[in-house]
Amino acid sequence: MHEYTIQFFYAVAAVCFILALKWLSAVPTARRGVITGILGMLLAVVGTLLKPELLERGFGAYQWILVAFVVGTVIGVPMALMPMTAVPQRTALSHAFGALAAALVGAAHFFLESPNLSKFTMGALGLEVLLGFLTFTASLMAFGKLQELLPQRPIVFKFQNIVNLSILSAAVLIAIFLIFDPGHKVLFLVMSALALTFGVLLIIPIGGADMPTVISLLNSYAGLAAAAMGFVLDNKLLIIAGSLDGSSGLILSIIMCKAMNRSFTNVLFGGFGQLQVATGQVEKRNVRSASPEEAAELLATATSVMVIPGYGMAVAQAQHKVRELFDQLTKRGITVRFAIHPVAGRMPGHMNVLLAEADIPYDKLMEMDDANPEMPQVDVALVIGANDVTNPAARHDKNSPIYGMPIIDTDKARTVMVIKRSMNPGFAGIENELYFMPQALMLFGDAKSFVGEIVKSLASPS
Amino acid sequence: MPFLLNATAAPAAPGDGLMSLLFIFLLATFVGLEVIKRVSPLLHTPLMSLTNAISAIAVVGSIVIAAEQKTTLSTVLGTIAVTASMINIVGGYMITYRMLIMFKKRETK
Repeated sequence: MHEYTIQFFYAVAAVCFILALKWLSAVPTARRGVITGILGMLLAVVGTLLKPELLERGFGAYQWILVAFVVGTVIGVPMALMPMTAVPQRTALSHAFGALAAALVGAAHFFLESPNLSKFTMGALGLEVLLGFLTFTASLMAFGKLQELLPQRPIVFKFQNIVNLSILSAAVLIAIFLIFDPGHKVLFLVMSALALTFGVLLIIPIGGADMPTVISLLNSYAGLAAAAMGFVLDNKLLIIAGSLDGSSGLILSIIMCKAMNRSFTNVLFGGFGQLQVATGQVEKRNVRSASPEEAAELLATATSVMVIPGYGMAVAQAQHKVRELFDQLTKRGITVRFAIHPVAGRMPGHMNVLLAEADIPYDKLMEMDDANPEMPQVDVALVIGANDVTNPAARHDKNSPIYGMPIIDTDKARTVMVIKRSMNPGFAGIENELYFMPQALMLFGDAKSFVGEIVKSLASPS
Repeated sequence: MPFLLNATAAPAAPGDGLMSLLFIFLLATFVGLEVIKRVSPLLHTPLMSLTNAISAIAVVGSIVIAAEQKTTLSTVLGTIAVTASMINIVGGYMITYRMLIMFKKRETK
């Protein structure tokens, strides 16, 4: 195929990718978006496979590509069939693959062309390899934490930030040196090793609740690595697709940071979980608790119910029971909606896919900013597996570590019911004053079985 | 880089190629920010899996390295890179589509 035709294919593919993201903005057009994205990818791959310099080499050029296609598909399909609860770790794993591809292409290019690399090419290549390798190990670490192969708690040691920053600076300095002297193959290897190490160290101090921000950030890095590859290979399609991914990750990270009232530096270098374990004042205050039957009675007499789901719902696998509860209440003419905090779960939008998977209609899922004005009209707010995002202290207690974080105004509902295993504090290690309010009822137990009990109680004629 | 050189535009002056690439990067980032800002938070998980699949466009660079087979090292690295990209292409698009099927407005009973 002629080079012009290939460039034309690439241009159409770029348009496809932009349209794909545009159509993904709303549910009715989203599937069309995915199909368009597939079309774009198909054009790009076919265009590349038909490059004249590949065609003239005959089948020999394609043997390894064919193997890679088959192996990739064999691994890719099961990864697409994972349950929705596992989507955060799957996403982390796919960031790792994306970043690895970019880094390896960069490395191959370096070893083929060194020392004949222009300053510009070497600069882009250095960025590609640095971002690629650090994102690779960082994503693997994130995967390990999400999959619970590694401890979820942040691990903090002395001089951690200094060690991390020194390693990163050393890698960057080597990259800069290579721009001026691209013949040093050993230094390139050292740089790669430093980047791989930095990726591991970057994630060690990050706790589970910060995962939404970190996954978004890694998404952005993987995209930028692909864009840098575009600069190295003078390929505009790579630059466009990579920067689309980069900007998407950036926007998501900003949204996540805002939703936690924190900055990037604070997430990456803060060691959040360590900050306030010693809150001291553990005065024993009384809480009111209720049985499933009592909870069912209260729910049955409500006209408007708002469910506030959190990561605990995913851990308990309670979403299908929640759907049964939704059915029972809806059957009685009660309005049931879900108020979803942006950082609920382990990645952006996690709760939404879980509830959608459980067959809850998506028009019942409300964003925090839409749900909050409705809260005073809500008869029963049912908190399932969420904690810090419902703590009113974020609004008024300047001493609270979560002060300023936007929350779901659960306390404004007429009755609040909280399903919780025990009175243990949440991720931030702080007491939730919501639980001690006069309108609050604690429902102690496992989310899945407790909701199941409520459903049973509602189903049985009383 | 003898391959993938853009045949359409021979740079008139050194630095021209770089500038046009930078322009493309900036414009694409801008378009990306504008388009993605409009994505409903409801769909943030599918958004991430779709952008992930799209950034597997790295397959384009990987294919060329794997096809040229200039050295054993480059062939191995290129083949791994194609495999990793292919995992993301197949897995990314499939799971995004699977998620979107789950979003239903009314119950289908």
